[in-house]
Amino acid sequence: MSMAIRVIPCLDVDAGRVVKGVNFTGLRDAGDPVELASRYDAGGADEIVFLDITASSGDRQTLLDVVQRTADCVFIPLTVGGGVRSPDDFDLLLRAGADKVSLNTAAIADPTLLSQAAERFGSQCVVLSIDARRCPPGVSTVSGFEVTTHGGRRSTGMDVITWAMEGTKRGAGEILLNSMDADGTKAGFDLELIKNIRGVVQVPLIASGGAGSLTDFALAVDAGADAVLAASVFHFGQFTVAQVKQALAESGLLVR
Amino acid sequence: MTTQDIVILDYGSGNLRSAQRALEKVGATVQVTADFDEALNADALVVPGVGAFAACMRGILEVRGDVIIDRRLTAGRPVLGICVGMQVLFAHGVEHGTTVDGLGQWPGVVERLGAPILPHMGWDTVRAPADSTIFAEVAGERFYFVHSYGVTTCDLTPHHLNRRSPVITWGTHGTDFVAAIENGPLVATQFHPEKSGAAGLELLNSWLQSL
Repeated sequence: MSMAIRVIPCLDVDAGRVVKGVNFTGLRDAGDPVELASRYDAGGADEIVFLDITASSGDRQTLLDVVQRTADCVFIPLTVGGGVRSPDDFDLLLRAGADKVSLNTAAIADPTLLSQAAERFGSQCVVLSIDARRCPPGVSTVSGFEVTTHGGRRSTGMDVITWAMEGTKRGAGEILLNSMDADGTKAGFDLELIKNIRGVVQVPLIASGGAGSLTDFALAVDAGADAVLAASVFHFGQFTVAQVKQALAESGLLVR
Repeated sequence: MTTQDIVILDYGSGNLRSAQRALEKVGATVQVTADFDEALNADALVVPGVGAFAACMRGILEVRGDVIIDRRLTAGRPVLGICVGMQVLFAHGVEHGTTVDGLGQWPGVVERLGAPILPHMGWDTVRAPADSTIFAEVAGERFYFVHSYGVTTCDLTPHHLNRRSPVITWGTHGTDFVAAIENGPLVATQFHPEKSGAAGLELLNSWLQSL
């Protein structure tokens, strides 16, 4: 295995602006996704994820503009998710310059979306994003983890293992695994969740949610992640992409 | 040096914008088109490609890309294949047990890689021979790959199709596969130089300078 562990900053984009606070010194405009993506690219990010959290679908054109402007100046892979509901949404994003598109809630409502997209555009650009959590009282699954929707607020009762297996069988070429329990806690990734999914899928796995210290990342990789994703720790300058890579390298892992 | 006019063959495959911008960034004038004459007469032609081998072949045949590529190469005019745009240059592709004819510029079969995790997605190293032109400035760098299929056996004769001796660069994911070939006017990479950051731009620049 000679592949580098990918370190991926994630930007939440609302109506064409980065939200959830980004705190960089020396930025002309802290809310511009293109400027931030360029900044992360220059800092050694291996990939960028844009998550569109725009509530109204009327702002899709704004997102496409952002994707286009990013693809014009950032020459690393770009994944875009949020609000993708049809193969045509996929098509628009890919044409605008996205390399991969992630599906979440829409794939739960209609799993054939995954196969439709994979057939039309290839599995390599279909990312299944799963918002998982440990089952709360009243919900029970075999693995003890369930799939949620609406940012972790709604239970589906579906076992996260079953869903990951079905998703990859239907053509997802990568899994973006978000722990809703760990998200925002900075207490580390949910390693048990990562191990559970790694054990059943043969596609690349991105671990997300919980990064709080530099040593957290290598633990996620040891648990089975091929890539690590974080948002706030990068945005608020708690550490840089380069520092995360250095920590991974010090743990004996390959980085770019 | 004069600016090179490049055509990216637009046959309906994937993200062409990044390839266009990356080539512009290193100084080329780029047109994305399926126009037969433009593609035939450009200083160099880029054949992109993502997704399925069979779908890419269909798209290429629809715009008579097979004829364009063949005529260009016969006249010694540069062609660069990227990802599936490289794979279709080989004789055959095998997907889900079905064999599809490729463009046959090189003998060989594109098949599913034997690796525990596919796609091979991410930044990987390659083994470029010392006489490589495109890797001259970027030996030892990592490039961005995303593919599940590849060419694992590549036995090109020294003067295949009267082109300059092939320079083959290998990569490994579960098994060895062809990461790039430089064969006279025909050059191809399995990875995406347009998505490989500064190293990818440098590689594209070396290719441009060699035209």
